[in-house]
Parts: sequence; C-alpha cells; structure tokens
Amino acid sequence: MLELLIAIFNGISIGSVLLMAALGLAIVFGLMGVINLAHGELMMLGAYTTFVVQNVLKGWGDSWFEVYIFLALPAAFLVAALAGLILEKGVIRYLYGRPLETLLATWGVSLILRQFVRSVNGSIAMGIGVFCCLFFGGLFLLRRRRNWERIKKWAIPTIGSLSLAMAIFKILLLVNLGNKALTKPWFSARNVDVTAPVWLQGGLPLGDFQIPSARIFIIILTLLCLIGTYWFLHRSQWGLRIRAVTQNRTMSACLGVRTSQVDGLTFALGSGLAGIAGCAVTLLGSVGPNTGQNYIVDTFIVVVVGGVGNLLGTIVAAMGIGTLDYLIGSKTLVPMLVGVEPWESFFDFFGTTSMSKVIVFALIIAFLQIKPAGMFPQKGRTSEL
Amino acid sequence: MMNQRKGLGKKKLLIEGVAIVAIALILAFVIPAVLPAFRLKLLGRFLGLAIVSLGIDLIWGYTGLLSLGHGIFFALGGYGLAMHLKLQLPSGELPEFFTLYGVDKLPWFWQPFSSFPFTIMAIILIPSLVAALLGYLVFRNRIKGVYFSILTQAALLVFFNFFNGQQKLINGTNGLKTSTEHIFGVMAGSDSAQWAFYEITIVCLILAYILCRWLTSGRFGRLLVAIRDDEMRLRFSGYNPTGYKVLVFAVSGAIAGVAGALYTVQTGIITPKFMEVAFSIEMVIWVAVGGRGTLVGAIVGTLLVRYARTILSEEFPEVWLFFQGGLFLLVVTVLPDGIVGWIRDKRWGKKRVITYPGLEEMVEPQMNADEYG
Amino acid sequence: MDKILITDNLTVSFDGFRALNQLNFTMNTGELRVVIGPNGAGKTTFLDVITGKVQPTTGKVLFQGRNLRGIPEQEIARLGIGRKFQTPRVYLGLTVRENLDLVCNRFKNVFSTLFRTPSFTDRRMVMGLLETVGLGGKRDLKAALLSHGEKQRLEIGMLVAQSPDLLLVDEPVAGLTDEETENVGALLLALAESHSILVIEHDMEFVRQIARQVTVLHQGTVLCEGTMDEIQGDRRVIEVYLGESEATLATGNNQS
Repeated sequence: MLELLIAIFNGISIGSVLLMAALGLAIVFGLMGVINLAHGELMMLGAYTTFVVQNVLKGWGDSWFEVYIFLALPAAFLVAALAGLILEKGVIRYLYGRPLETLLATWGVSLILRQFVRSVNGSIAMGIGVFCCLFFGGLFLLRRRRNWERIKKWAIPTIGSLSLAMAIFKILLLVNLGNKALTKPWFSARNVDVTAPVWLQGGLPLGDFQIPSARIFIIILTLLCLIGTYWFLHRSQWGLRIRAVTQNRTMSACLGVRTSQVDGLTFALGSGLAGIAGCAVTLLGSVGPNTGQNYIVDTFIVVVVGGVGNLLGTIVAAMGIGTLDYLIGSKTLVPMLVGVEPWESFFDFFGTTSMSKVIVFALIIAFLQIKPAGMFPQKGRTSEL
Repeated sequence: MMNQRKGLGKKKLLIEGVAIVAIALILAFVIPAVLPAFRLKLLGRFLGLAIVSLGIDLIWGYTGLLSLGHGIFFALGGYGLAMHLKLQLPSGELPEFFTLYGVDKLPWFWQPFSSFPFTIMAIILIPSLVAALLGYLVFRNRIKGVYFSILTQAALLVFFNFFNGQQKLINGTNGLKTSTEHIFGVMAGSDSAQWAFYEITIVCLILAYILCRWLTSGRFGRLLVAIRDDEMRLRFSGYNPTGYKVLVFAVSGAIAGVAGALYTVQTGIITPKFMEVAFSIEMVIWVAVGGRGTLVGAIVGTLLVRYARTILSEEFPEVWLFFQGGLFLLVVTVLPDGIVGWIRDKRWGKKRVITYPGLEEMVEPQMNADEYG
Repeated sequence: MDKILITDNLTVSFDGFRALNQLNFTMNTGELRVVIGPNGAGKTTFLDVITGKVQPTTGKVLFQGRNLRGIPEQEIARLGIGRKFQTPRVYLGLTVRENLDLVCNRFKNVFSTLFRTPSFTDRRMVMGLLETVGLGGKRDLKAALLSHGEKQRLEIGMLVAQSPDLLLVDEPVAGLTDEETENVGALLLALAESHSILVIEHDMEFVRQIARQVTVLHQGTVLCEGTMDEIQGDRRVIEVYLGESEATLATGNNQS
C-alpha cells in the first residue's frame, strides 16, 4: 500500500512538472488559439539560465550557492518571457487566425533555438548584436522619413537582408581570426549538469522509502505558480483584460482593450511559466538542447485533454496523465495483480517508461470518444459561428 | 460553349500526360546515364520521399488537415519490406538479431511476411488501416485543426516508443538492416538492385501522382477543398465529412507506406528514427516550400529541400538546423503558397481579374469562431 | 399532413440560461413565415435546434411529422431542411459554379462522389441557378472574390440547389444595399411559390415587403403571431421592442 502511495506521489510530481509547462501553453492557447511548438525550447532556455546563474553564483561562495535557485527562478522567468515576447512580436503576431501555420512557424523557431544553444559562442552573440544594431537602428532612422509608409514595403526586407549579411560577414570574420575565446561554444552540444543545492538533495524518510526533497520542492513551486497565475488572471487589471480577450476578441477591441498588448503580455507570461518549469526540470536531471522535446508532446496532450481556457481542466489532466504514466511505467500495479491474468502480463509488458505512453495514449483516445472537447468544454451558442 | 470548354480540358490533360511521360523517361533513362551511382542513389531516395509529400499534400494542402504523424505510416511500410528481406533465409533459420536476445521462435506477426505478395499488400494496407482507424476515432468526434495535429504527433511518439522499446520483436533502436539481405536472390545493397529500386520508385511516384490527381479533380476534389474551407457548412449541405476525411487520411497513409518501403531499401536500413517527431514535421515543410494544394509543388519542394539539406550538411553541418528553422518561418510568413504558388501568381498577375470589391481591398475574413477556441 | 414544422414545448438551456423556453410553434407546408424578435430572443438558437446543431434540452421538433432528436446535421439536411447562415458561408476556395455543383449533387456518400460524374440534369440546374441568382458572369470566379451581397445570393442559390422542402433563412439582407435587398426579397417571394420558407429578419422594411404571417419571439417563447399589421398594433410587441415606459407612451398617443 505504501508503495502505491509513493508511486502516486512520484506520479504527482511528474504531473506537476507537466502542469507547470502546460499552464503557460494553456493560457496562450486559450487566448490566441495558438499552439506554440517552441514552448519546450522556452523551457530549455529557462534550464540553461539556471545553469548560468548557478555557475555565476558558484564564484561568489558557498552561502550564495545554497540559495541560487531563488535567483535562478526569476531569472529563468525573465529570460523565457523575453524570448516569448520577441517570438510573439516578431512572428506569431502576423499569423493570427492561421493556427496551423503558427504551428509550423513555431517549430521553425524551436529548431533555431535548439541549434542556437548548441553553437552559440562569442562571435555569434556579437553577430546578433550587430544585426540588432543595424536593423533596428536602420528602422529607427527610416521611420523618421516622411515617406515611410510608402517605402516600408521594400525598405524592411532590404535593411533586414543587409543587416543579416553584415552580421554573417562579421561572424565569419571573427571565426577566421581564430580567437579561441570567441569561437568556443558556450554550452556545447552535450548535456550540462545543474547541481541541486544541498538542502534539496536529501529526502524525507518515510518507512523504507525516501521522498526526494527536490520533488517536494517542485510540487510546492507548482502550487505557487498556480496560485500566482490564478491571482493574476482573476484579480488583476491585466488578468481581466486577458480573460475578456479570451472570450471575445472583437468585442474587447471595440471596448478599448489593446488586444495586441494583451497578446504580447499573455505570451510573455506563458513563456515565463515555461522558463520556471525549465528551472524546475534542472533539479531532476541533466539538461541539454533537446530537454524541451522530452516534455513537449505530453504537455500538448494535457492541453488537449484539459479543454480550452480552463485552469481546472489543465490541472486535472496534468495530474491524471502524470500519475497514470508513472503507475503503469514503474510496474507498480504488477504486484497487485499477481495471478489476475491477463492483466498481470499486460501490465508487465507495458511496464516501462516508453511503453506506458502507449497505454496512456490509448486511454486518451478513448477519453476523447466520450468527451471530444476535453474535460471542461466551453458551452454556449457563441462557441461556433 | 460547354463542348469547347471540355475540349480545352482534354487538351490540357493531354499536355500534362505528355509532360509526365517525358519527365519520367528522362528520370528513368537519361539521368542514370549521367549521374554517378552515389548521386543517383540520393536522387532515388529523394524521389521516394517525394511520394510521401504527395500524400501529405493530399491531406494538408487539399483537405486542410495538418498531420504531424506521417512518419508512422512511412516507417510501417519500411518495416514491412525490411521484415520480408530479413526472412530470405534457409528454412528453419531466424534473422540474426533474434538469437542475440535469445528468441528461438519467430514471432507470429513475422510469419506471413515471408511471402512477397503478402508483404506488398501489407505495405499498402497496414499503414492505411492504421490511418483509417486513427482517423475514424478522431474525425468522428469532430476533432480538427490543431487538435488533430497534436494527436497525430502524440500517436507518432507512441509508435516511436513502441518500436524503440521492443528489442525482442523488431530489434528496437538498432532497427532492421536491409542492405546486406537478399531480394529475389539479389543483394539489396548491390548496384543492380539499387538501380531496380530507383526505377520502381519512379513508377510508384507516377502512380501516386495519378492517384492524387484523380482524387483532387472532379467533385471529390472540390469536396476536399470544401472541407478545408468550411466543414460545418458541408454538414448543412447534407454531406458527412467524416467518411471523406477518413478515406483521404487512409489513402495518404498508404502512399506514405509505399514511400517508406522504397526509401528503406534505398537507404539500406530502417530504424525507429524514421518516426522521430522532427522528421515528420520536416515532411510538411517539403510540401510547404513547393506549394501546398499543388501536386507538382509537393514533388519539387521535396527535391529542393532535400538537396539543400545534403549540400548544407556536407559543407556546414551546424547551419542546417538554422536554415531549416528559417525555412519554416520564411515559407509561412512570406511564401504561404510556396514556390509553385508564387510562380502561378506572377503569371496570372498580368491578367487582372476585375471584381467588386477590388482584390486589393480586404476581403471580409470568414473565420470560424471555434478556430480561435 | 399539411404541417411541415411543429415544435412542442421546446426548451434549450445553456448552463441554466434558457435560450428557448417552452417554445410552441407550427408552420404549414408551403408557407412563407417571418420570425422577428429583439436581440437575444433565441432566433438563431431556434434554427440551430431545427438543423440539429444544438440538441433540445426538453421538448421536440417535428419535421413532416418526424422527430428530429438525435439525428445528425447532415441527415437532417438530407431529409429536406436547408439553411442559410447569418453571415454568408460559402466555400471560398471554389468557384461559384463548383459551389453550386457540390450542393446540387444528389448522391452524397463518399464513393458516389468519387466515381459518378455530374449528371446532365445537375449541370442544367446549376446553369439555371446561376441565372436566377444573377452570377452567370462570375461563374468561374473563386467565391473568395465575390462581394458580400454576391456571396449572400450565392448562398441562397446553394440553398435552392439542395432542393429542400423547408428553407431556413437567417437575416438574408443584413449588410446589403437597398437595391440588393429588393432583389433578395423578390428572389425569396419567387422561391415561396414552390417551397416552405422560414425567414429570420431584423429589417422591418424588408419584413413588410415579403411577410404574410409573422411570429414574434421574445425570451425564447412565442410572444404573438399574426399578419404584419396585427403585429404592429400589438401592445406587447411594442413593449419588448421599445421598452416598458415608452410603450405606454406610444400606445397612449395612439389612443388619444
């Protein structure tokens, strides 16, 4: 019985990572109907931010190192939120009402981000700096011209490609100079390890078992994120606007809500939550460029099963999927079913982390046969034109 | 008037047919004579991949359903043929890898694959049945748009996990190597066999093209476009879109299965990597680059992107992912109709269509509220 | 068998809100009926229930004596109920002619769509309809390029191509110019010769042009029924349209 409880606890802790990742995705999806395939990479950015923060604090001494996580959390939030904001302003804004195209565009971003952390080095960073200076400086200067509206159709691509060419030229130049400090990748393609602080490495003893403190920390963190998100959405000015736009975009725009600001803010918030999730993930194991990919499909499924624009649905779905996955994958159910054929061999056969996904998927498809619109579908005559 | 139009249509069809035959003849006889064997092999693989993109174009370009899980069908076809090749052994012997895992009896589902006709049937039917089942379960509940895409992606991950984890059944991560096996007494990796595969690929590509061309013209094709435009409206016109969608998804799956089988024997191995998430999304970009909703575009796009990939990964391996990512962004934002669509617009741009309101004005967007969610 | 549509104590509620409340409505075969009502009276929900998009919470809808509960939309459409939407919904990626041809098809299952070629009568019907809705010159143009009014007419054409027994028309003249409105009105009157038509409309001018029998919906129930003149004189109708106090004022003025 205790084993079952422990397994459920572990499942819930997996579920809470899923939930943290899915929370941001669900808010964004509810608001804009956009599934962000780069969401996992935003998590990855959060994880790498944690890694950087930790390494910086290592230099400051042990007492700092013990509390690095409290600095890393806001840093991860900010980095991911900023990346999300850039993504929204640079790409997604142009694709509203075309959800499938957005899916593809964000996948492109996800590929770029993955390769970016693999190969980012001094010269690439400087190249990006050069590009930004040239492009936005050029835009700033051109905007002041009277005939901006007329020339912008060709001016933006022109200075864009010119700046890009300059930046690439600069990178190649730096690479050819052969300065090791500039060409050595910062993170390399291999996974990096984040050491958890000592107070998170132990665990609470419980009978013969031990509950890892890191998992408890993650569950608490998830709870805090949930409360924070709920408070923000339901008690603040901006939350009210976000909910208004979620329900009726056109009407809100007519009533003077700046929908573009709301979109940007929501996207940044969702991305920031992904960053926090990424920070939490570092406590569970090493992180690499592909970290995000391990979580992302499960996260999408949570959103699909939970239903659109509903926090409760997301919570239940994340916990349900996390627990189920762990219960089947860890073979916890097998000893309980000894002698109950065919169930014993059935759960034995599917009792690995990868095979449990097969069952979970089958159950999700079955669930969607009963409730196609997710757990808590939106009702009403306006739900479809 | 009516007859004139009909005559015009027939003439166009004739020109298309002649063009296809001409291109096919060049591909089949001229190219092998000029290209070195290595490059020819590459072209053969790419033509195999072009077959999948025809299937994806059918389901995405015409019907508007973005499947991110075509790797499933592709790999199922590949595994089917690879299993047949693995079984070309003296009777009583098992494929080598089984002995490594201590399996001494051929699993039941391997047995029928020793027959060649069964294998061919299986390559076509198994992927299409899987697609039909998945499609039926999803479409019957009116799950569409991004939900469908996500579910196909999840299904892909599930199949990947399954094939990856089952060493004792299908050699797990290592996959099945076909290049050293024999088919009809010829080694599959040999030049003569590879040449045969290349020719068969061309035939299959043409057959797939004709199939898709037939499906997308006429009432059925218009119905697919109607599903893409406004599925709910179609129900009020008395059509049930579910059956159409299931059929198209199944056909698309079967096409992918054939492509997978041809690609596998030309690559020499099939592993669960064929079912990686990234590969299946890459298939979509081939179609998008060429131009969705045009079958020629799907083929052209595949060849272009794959050649770009080969060149880039030979020269600068790191740049390929940046390039691919950039390609996704570019195609979606700047070239939504792909290369073929862009060329077509350029040509037709001269012949102005006069309408009210003018084409430059915003045509009132007809959006489904449910797409916004 | 001369009642084409009967609703019996029809109630539809969304999370407790009753969009339709104990609605009893009957319509004769061959009738042209106009339904009016203020915003939120349940007009569109009424059409949603008839066409099967929304299931009734309680009560039933009888079409030619047949209970429609549980029948999916496409089956209801095949039984002979056609619907035109408030904002025109046509297939934007198809040409005008293809739009009509698709709806006109009598055999709507997968395989006959695949293997049958359009019959001669189908093609003639499409040609005739192109003339009727006045889009003959634009038949090979993508529907996305049509103006709002042209889309409205195309959709009415598609409705007719479906040859239903009962046409449900939701605000056919919303956003049209006066001339276009008159055209649509004439079109509907011509169609009423051979079909039963239920029109939902806001535009009173237009209602007066076409209406014989008018039903007023209010808060999900039938407020009153009668000819246009009777309706305009009805106190309750004035009340729900103008509000309580003004209504007393208005009727007061009438009496004096």
